[in-house]
Amino acid sequence: MTERAPDPRPADDTASGPAAEPRIVACNQKARQLAQMVLARRGGARALTQDPPPTQYPYGCTTVFAPGWEVDSGNGTHGLCQPIERDLYDCYHTCYWPAQVPDGVTNAPTWTQSCGAPMQDWKSIDLVFP
Amino acid sequence: MQLRSVLHRRLSGEHGEFVYLANSAAILRLDAATAAVLDAFDAADGLDSAAWLNAQPEPGRAETTLHDLIDLGAIRPLGEAEPPRPKLPPMPFPLATLVLNVTNKCNLSCSYCYEYGEDKVGDGVGSSGGKARMDDQTARQSIDFLLRSSGARDQVSITFFGGETLLNFDAIRAATEYAEQQSAGFGKRVHYSLTTNATLLTDEIVDFLTRHRFGITVSIDGDRDEQDRHRTFKSGKGSFDVVEPRIRHLLATNKERRGRSIGARVTVTAGATPVVDTFRYLTEELGFDEVGFAPVTAALGRSYGLGEQGYERLLREFGELAEHYVAAALRDETHGFANLGDLLRELHQGVQKAHPCGAGLGLLGVSTEGELGLCHRFVESKSHAVGTVQAGVDEQKRSAFLEQAHVDNKTDCTQCFARPLCAGGCYHEAHVRYGDATRANVHYCEWIRGFVDLGLSCYARIQAANPRFLTRFEAQ
Repeated sequence: MTERAPDPRPADDTASGPAAEPRIVACNQKARQLAQMVLARRGGARALTQDPPPTQYPYGCTTVFAPGWEVDSGNGTHGLCQPIERDLYDCYHTCYWPAQVPDGVTNAPTWTQSCGAPMQDWKSIDLVFP
Repeated sequence: MQLRSVLHRRLSGEHGEFVYLANSAAILRLDAATAAVLDAFDAADGLDSAAWLNAQPEPGRAETTLHDLIDLGAIRPLGEAEPPRPKLPPMPFPLATLVLNVTNKCNLSCSYCYEYGEDKVGDGVGSSGGKARMDDQTARQSIDFLLRSSGARDQVSITFFGGETLLNFDAIRAATEYAEQQSAGFGKRVHYSLTTNATLLTDEIVDFLTRHRFGITVSIDGDRDEQDRHRTFKSGKGSFDVVEPRIRHLLATNKERRGRSIGARVTVTAGATPVVDTFRYLTEELGFDEVGFAPVTAALGRSYGLGEQGYERLLREFGELAEHYVAAALRDETHGFANLGDLLRELHQGVQKAHPCGAGLGLLGVSTEGELGLCHRFVESKSHAVGTVQAGVDEQKRSAFLEQAHVDNKTDCTQCFARPLCAGGCYHEAHVRYGDATRANVHYCEWIRGFVDLGLSCYARIQAANPRFLTRFEAQ
């Protein structure tokens, strides 16, 4: 993949000579933004200050201070266990209790997608097998 | 895992393989092998990725390609919904443009007019009820309202509209002079524009407009025959002889003063002169910088409305004019076919609309009495009023309308590749046609898809042969 084809040769194609066509070229501005985002996400671990900066930052248990069961992650109490399914969301979205529910950051970002209104259709949230 | 190509439009030809992705509005050029992968997964039931990979002669290479396409959102798990989008941008949305209907009177009596004719939206009697002219005080209040409602924007636009705008030149002058005084205090620059039928362009008015660098659009349908067919005075007499010398004077003065480009806006009706001929006349004979063509807005059954065949013909004629545009682009020259230029701009930026236009968002219309409507076409329609310039926007009503008008609520649009650009089309058109501004304009879907297709093929040709031309369309 390349934006505007600065290096037209795909990385895995060293034998086909210099004139090889790039597999994908991002043509318009939106495609270039998308390609930049994808390329930034690749390449293993990066420091947040590394250049170019990643377009998505990790969030969840590593960056949110959650004091415990007495308050929820928004520092209130009205969101706690009313009903218990609601707590599931708090654990999932903010990675509050990641060992007990699938985490929404890396492994199961679409876990609750089938569930529009958790109070009514929380049963549609399926199990996740590692 | 079952994977499937997302909603997209593929273009394939001597200029290469391209795809326009409806979920992101990204345009990608693909090599033949990558295009073949995208096409293979374009199956209603999707494809099992593991089985497909095993069947490939070079599974390693195929996997890299597949992953690139997945990462770019071109291929996704079958049945998995796209991530939800916000229903509204953060509100109150800062205003960018205010359209002042300085008068609701007109000295012409065009047979297809949506303001006076059978399709008017105004709830009142006569033209559209309300006061005939906006007074200077309301014009100044409108400026105050725009300046204080435009948030952090450093640039705002005021567009004057009517009726025939120049029937109330006093309000235009008052508003412009007041805006010049007030804008500095807000640290904002103000752009002015106006639409006129050109019948009242005096030397004094031309001097004022060009001095303030107005963006000017002249409503004109073409040469004498075409203009006089629908654009008539109340007596039935055609307006060509009145407007032609005035337009020539305007264009000459503007050129002399190096003003902004002046456009002609042509309303296309049934049986109109071919687009290429009208374009040639308006640019070469009269000297307009650009020309935009708009199919007439009409309820079903109006004799001047474009039927299915009319739209097909218009699309063919757009195709002919597009050839001229592309030829100019390959020579790195601009061409005044405004519809195509606007479309190429949106394609190149990758515009993805949740709403068809800025009406109710960055743009509002003001009636002669200061009432706010979604846009200039909706002013004086009580049912679409969203506040007043004096009291401000009725945010609840505005948000309620916009939420309802979101493209995700238009089920007709869910399977259409053109949705990032069209988003269901003009609210006013839908109101005239279906009595509901939030409905999708399904009567012109084929026309929109055909026009976007035309734009995509022009885009691909320019991208392949002279990509530098497209950089002029880039958003900063």
